[in-house]
This record gives sequence, structure tokens and C-alpha cells, in this order.
Amino acid sequence: MFTRRWEPMAEVWSEMGHLQEEMNRLLGRLGNGTRALFAPAYPALNVWEDEQNVYVEAELPGLDMDSVEIYVHNGNQLSLKGERKEPADLKGTWHRRERNYGRFARVFELPYAVEADKVAAKFHNGVLLIQLPKREEAKPRRIEVRVS
Amino acid sequence: MTTELAKKEQRAPVSAERTRGGVTYNPRIDILEAEDELLLLADLPGVEPAELNIRYENKELMIEGKVAPRQGDVRYLYNEYGIGDFYRQFTIGEAIDAEKISAELKHGVLTVHLPKTDAVRPRRIPVQGG
Repeated sequence: MFTRRWEPMAEVWSEMGHLQEEMNRLLGRLGNGTRALFAPAYPALNVWEDEQNVYVEAELPGLDMDSVEIYVHNGNQLSLKGERKEPADLKGTWHRRERNYGRFARVFELPYAVEADKVAAKFHNGVLLIQLPKREEAKPRRIEVRVS
Repeated sequence: MTTELAKKEQRAPVSAERTRGGVTYNPRIDILEAEDELLLLADLPGVEPAELNIRYENKELMIEGKVAPRQGDVRYLYNEYGIGDFYRQFTIGEAIDAEKISAELKHGVLTVHLPKTDAVRPRRIPVQGG
């Protein structure tokens, strides 16, 4: 099941959320109505690597390249920002509203330093895939073992 | 006018035969009742249009989207969500003109238009002055 949640909040909530999570862990407290602060980070990410690249994937239905901003800071801080806009022209009675709209932002620490200017991203059917080439020093090196 | 939009939320039902293993997810949906139609929006990220199956039968609307594994055999450094098929089924109380149902899939969002039959559309009754 998807437990993630869209938060129509500014990016500040993400940081606040982390703090709150820490506090909750310390205090062993459960939710008390401050729902937004308990939401898991959005978007959820899958991250994997090969020798040359780190890959980050996120499900962002309804979004495309024009509605998402991707940055890399300090070599390994990946920042994802965007907004899913609510369709304005829908009139009637909502029987069900499970999909969320609004702004989101997430900063993610990559396990390796990457080449920020060579990052490539593409959207396909609402799935964002980001390819981040590792910096030379982060690539695996084969160590020659000499047998003497 | 009251609307009965009973829902049957279920994971892959026992009767549905599945040829592939893996997890099935319940897509998130919105349903809007407008004057002349029901509008359904569903988040189906990763579903190819050819892999989407929508059926309306006996007041039941079934949505099924197949999602092939996207990453093969990688070992995730972080794995915050799962990838799998989508399935959801509804019972729709409104009288729907099945012939005129239309659907569109764009950027992983499915839009289904379910036009009401003429019989259930609200009508303004003109009143004649005496």
C-alpha cells in the first residue's frame, strides 16, 4: 500500500517533519492531530546504482518536466521540488478524494558525490527517473593485487 | 437526488486469475459527480496505455493496470515504495450510459468519464404562468 501523502505545504514542513519525527522517537508519542508533520517525506524514492551512476526514481503521477525542479547541491544533495495543480474547472460533488494536490519539496542525501552538470532526468507515464553520474573519485576501482 | 456509490475496495480478488506473481496496489482515486456525468480520476504511475484494462459491467467498474518491473534485479540503496500492478473495482449506483464511457491516460493519471443516462439527468421543468 502507498502510505505516502501529498502535502500542500511549503518545503519548510519537510524539515519540520524531520525534527518532529526525531522528537516523537525520543518521546514515544503518537499522532495528536498535527497530521502534516507526521506525513512521510514526499515523494517516496527508490535509489540504486551501477558502477557509473546513481539512479533515483519517484512516482509523480500528473506531473511532467515542466512541473518539477531538480537540483544537486554540494555534490550529493539532491533536491526535488514541484507542484501538482488542482484542476480548476471541475464542478460537482466529490464522492471520493484520495489524490492530493499541492506543492512538495524534498532534499535527499545521495550516497555518492555526483556530477551535478551531467544529471539527466526523464518522465514516463508519471514516473520520474533521474540518472546521476558518479564523480570519478566515487567510482569503484579495481585494485591490482600483485602476487610476489 | 441521492447517489449510491458503494465501493468495493479490494486487492486482487480471489476470482481474478493472475498469471504473474507480485504485489497489487490500490490506486488512489477521486470521484466527482457532475450534473451529466461521473468523473473518475486515478493515479496509475508507470502504467502503459496498452497495459490498462477498464471494464464496466453490471454496474461494476473495474480498473486494472499492469506494471512491469522497471528495475530488474537491482539492489536498492533506498526502497521507499513498491512497484506492482494496480487494481480497483467499484459498484456504481448511478445509471450510466455504458456506450458513452470514455477514458484517457496521461502522465500516469487516468480520467474516466461515465455519462449518466438521460433518465437520471436532472431536468429543469418549465413552469407556465397562468
